[in-house]
Amino acid sequence: MVYREAGIYHATYAQDARLFPIPADRVGVVLLLGAAVAVAPLLGEYWLRGILIPFLVYGLAALGLNLVTGYAGLLSLGQAAFMAVGAYTAAILYGRYGVPVPLSLLASGLMGALVGAVAGAPSLRIKGLYLAVATLCAQFLITWTIQRVPWISGGVYATLNIPPVRLGPWVLDSPAEQYYLALGAVVLLTVFALNLVRTRVGRAWQAIREQDVSAAVIGVSLLRYKLLAFAASSFYAGVAGALVVFSWYGAANIEEFNLLNSIRILGMVVIGGMGSVLGSFLGAGFVTLLPIFVSVVLHAAAKAAGGAVTSDMVANLEHILFGALIVFFLAVEPLGLAHLWKRLKDRLRLWPFPYY
Amino acid sequence: MSDLKFVAELLVSGLLVGVLYALVALGFVLIYKASDVFNFAQGAMTFVAALALVSFLPALGWVGAVVATVVLMGVLALGVERLVLRPLVGQPHLSLAVATLGLAFVLEGLAQLVWGTQPKRLDLGLPPQPLQVGGIFVGRADLLSAIVAAVLVVGLVWFFQRTRMGLALRAVADDHEAALAMGIRLKTVWSVVWALSGVVALVAGVVWGQRLGVHFAVSLVAFKALPVLIIGGIDSVPGAILAGLLVGAGESLAEGLVGPYVGRGIQDVFAYLLALVFLLVRPHGLFGREVIERV
Repeated sequence: MVYREAGIYHATYAQDARLFPIPADRVGVVLLLGAAVAVAPLLGEYWLRGILIPFLVYGLAALGLNLVTGYAGLLSLGQAAFMAVGAYTAAILYGRYGVPVPLSLLASGLMGALVGAVAGAPSLRIKGLYLAVATLCAQFLITWTIQRVPWISGGVYATLNIPPVRLGPWVLDSPAEQYYLALGAVVLLTVFALNLVRTRVGRAWQAIREQDVSAAVIGVSLLRYKLLAFAASSFYAGVAGALVVFSWYGAANIEEFNLLNSIRILGMVVIGGMGSVLGSFLGAGFVTLLPIFVSVVLHAAAKAAGGAVTSDMVANLEHILFGALIVFFLAVEPLGLAHLWKRLKDRLRLWPFPYY
Repeated sequence: MSDLKFVAELLVSGLLVGVLYALVALGFVLIYKASDVFNFAQGAMTFVAALALVSFLPALGWVGAVVATVVLMGVLALGVERLVLRPLVGQPHLSLAVATLGLAFVLEGLAQLVWGTQPKRLDLGLPPQPLQVGGIFVGRADLLSAIVAAVLVVGLVWFFQRTRMGLALRAVADDHEAALAMGIRLKTVWSVVWALSGVVALVAGVVWGQRLGVHFAVSLVAFKALPVLIIGGIDSVPGAILAGLLVGAGESLAEGLVGPYVGRGIQDVFAYLLALVFLLVRPHGLFGREVIERV
């Protein structure tokens, strides 16, 4: 009743093939976008820099990982390293050579894609867990190279600062403006991903995920589509890394891109939902909010019980919850939060009637 | 002559580190062989075992602490089988591997919540001065670990080849369903094999802990063991041992001989480089079984 498709007729192919065929979805997306734009000036720096910008950045990285792991079924443990490639590309191009921000973002993505395609090359010979180890090797080799080459990292601490971010005549110096930059990039790339996964490419990936030998038999070129999956995934990671520099830290710092973060991004994909664009963002939001939630609950509990809360306790509890949630979702809801959302929509379609 | 001695010392110290890699990789291989699960939590188990042992030590003494830790690892194995493996039966291998990543987070968090985040020292009570063997210095504790590791490997081989339970484990490794049809209890086998790798984790934890202290970094050593696993072959016990020694010696030599020219720190990535070469040239490793795929 609330959310229904009965009575919606598609008279042309264009209507049938549009991204959101159901009017309720279109209204929802427009409202969501409007809220995302309108909310920024109302929120303080903590909300923007502590929650929303990290959410957008990691949402984008998780979306990229979802393309390769969720859609193409190739487990990757190196997403944070590809983010590092993007971040250092952006910091070098913009900070050292003054390349405009949009071009730097694009170049970061392309650089990420290039490195990702090289790192994904072993996927042609190996798969499954062997591939996971290969991407793990890539994670260590990439961060090691960045740290060891002074031209890239700018010294032992591997931190590159950039001057204030300029976009044409504007200087993006408030958190709200930086948030808009991130939002713009994320919206653009999300629409692209939504379309990508339902084209020939996306369907080829899904065929590979289900059974790669069969996919090859029916004519899907494994070489092409596996490399493409890695390239697309790392393109997203590269842009996300560049956004870390432009919108969040104002610097490229190798500490942000360690193995732990690769695993966190993988956790976002698992919790949010493998093979779902929406799920990447749900997972990213969930994992971003988790430490805040744990800390708030712990402090409230400590107030009630009269104990003290240490930062160690919060970190450890978050660790435990994060791990337990991964196991829980894999066992109980392998398609993640996105599938819960889909089930809710299915309920709403019939509600309040038992059936049509 | 002094060059040769330098190389020999690098080799020996590398081999002793390699023993450690081999031990962690051994835990991986045990679980992979019996349950086809790639256990990313092996490092966390090593950490938990070492931390538990250190924490039990003051109250219970050596014998008591070892017994208590072994019991703890056994309980842990039962819990893992019940809460992680059983609900995931029939899911793709990838899901199980990712689930063990989650398990690693849970174990690390729990252990640190219970026993604190402070690094702890693990003292074996051996005299600190190294032994001199043929002009080369060898740490007593290192030598002891190598001996313990050797005993452990012999014990495991005996267990696998000569006992009824070992036979069951090998059967399960070969084919789950056929093993079930022959009346082997999968649940028991899985619990046993996780408990076994818990014991291996304990030994690895002690070896690592006495070198560098017991703290969070212990669980990261698991990620060093992954390339070892690939090089040796994912389902081969001798492969894990040999590859562990190979990587340990190789990275020590690379650091000592090549390191000065390319800037230090090559030992951090040597294992991964070697593993990548193996993945590209010989994916099933030195002694692993080559899998032929059919639709």
